[in-house]
Amino acid sequence: MTPQQAIEKLPGRVGEAVEFRGEVTMFVERAKIVEACRYLKQECGFDMLTDIAGVDNYGVHPRYEVVYHLYSMANRCWLRLKVSVPEDDMLVDTVTGIWRTADWHEREAFDMYGIRFRNHPNLKRILMWEGYPYYPLRKDFPLAGMDAELRDAETGAGKVEAAPMLGGPFVAGSGERTAVRREPRQYDTAAEQQDKLK
Amino acid sequence: MKTIAGFDPKIEGRDVIVTRVDAAVDWCRKNSCWPLPMGLACCAIELMAAGASRFDIARFGAEVMRFSPRQSDLMIVAGTCTYKMAGAVKRVWDQMATPKWCIAMGACASSGGMYRSYAVVQGVDRFLPVDVYISGCPPRPEALLEGFIALQRKIAAQKAIAGMRTGEDSAPTAAGVTGPIIVRGEYAPKVKE
Repeated sequence: MTPQQAIEKLPGRVGEAVEFRGEVTMFVERAKIVEACRYLKQECGFDMLTDIAGVDNYGVHPRYEVVYHLYSMANRCWLRLKVSVPEDDMLVDTVTGIWRTADWHEREAFDMYGIRFRNHPNLKRILMWEGYPYYPLRKDFPLAGMDAELRDAETGAGKVEAAPMLGGPFVAGSGERTAVRREPRQYDTAAEQQDKLK
Repeated sequence: MKTIAGFDPKIEGRDVIVTRVDAAVDWCRKNSCWPLPMGLACCAIELMAAGASRFDIARFGAEVMRFSPRQSDLMIVAGTCTYKMAGAVKRVWDQMATPKWCIAMGACASSGGMYRSYAVVQGVDRFLPVDVYISGCPPRPEALLEGFIALQRKIAAQKAIAGMRTGEDSAPTAAGVTGPIIVRGEYAPKVKE
């Protein structure tokens, strides 16, 4: 069964499928994602869930998306499902009941974007540590990080501080023509670096 | 035979040496420094190379890599330390018995390296007392050996026993005698074919 045939009777489909370079992408209603996934697995042979990703379309409503990459071993074809998630109600039903591998993928999406998955068996952070207060892959989160407590009272391993960015020690500036001019260690101080680069 | 400057051939010579206790203890310590390979990223590959036959860290008495903190004297932090890992690294460090030393091997362990990010500790000296910093990404094994030799010089300068009485250098971890040492590991020596 081709992906085009699979999505013809897909429950909860929204709009038309997008086909780009042989890859089919289909939006699905948020409330029907479990039903759609069960249909695709049981009726259409999409037996493998490759990945679940979060997307932050900052400034667009609805702001977030959850993307499911499905693969059919028997038919050797891919299908991509997308679910829109509004900022004020970041809740999606879990698909761990269909593919067990969804467990960790959904935990990652939760960890990085703060998207919650209803009925997930173990929805806690997977990459960052328990108690970290931010969701670092959101577009409004700075790459350098934000100050936070490192809740490891036993060892007292310090606290999280934002990393130094351009102008800080050891930080190479982009946009310079040669690697020699980008190299920050040739300057004694950050001020000298700023001065020379002008 | 004439006695010269404290050397008495009737006493010293075949079986007896006269020295300071500090010097003897320091000599033992610096030549049997058992490292704990805290290999967190690709620097650990260079650390392994330093242990293999071409570079052979055994020449300096540091070939006994111990994965138990109870048996180690030197923590070599080789690689990128994330905030999530920092607690574990600190816990292992706390379990090591004094005297103990720490080498920050490579750019990541020294300063966070290229990872200017929310997840990476910007240098393990945020929570560990580092004795030797080695630059390079990763440093070559020669650079690690140079860093280790620098650490040996530092250990040799400490007052191992005298310091226990006076309190001076009784905590050889943090300040040490000569303060942190920086080894420039990015310039590999040129080898002529």
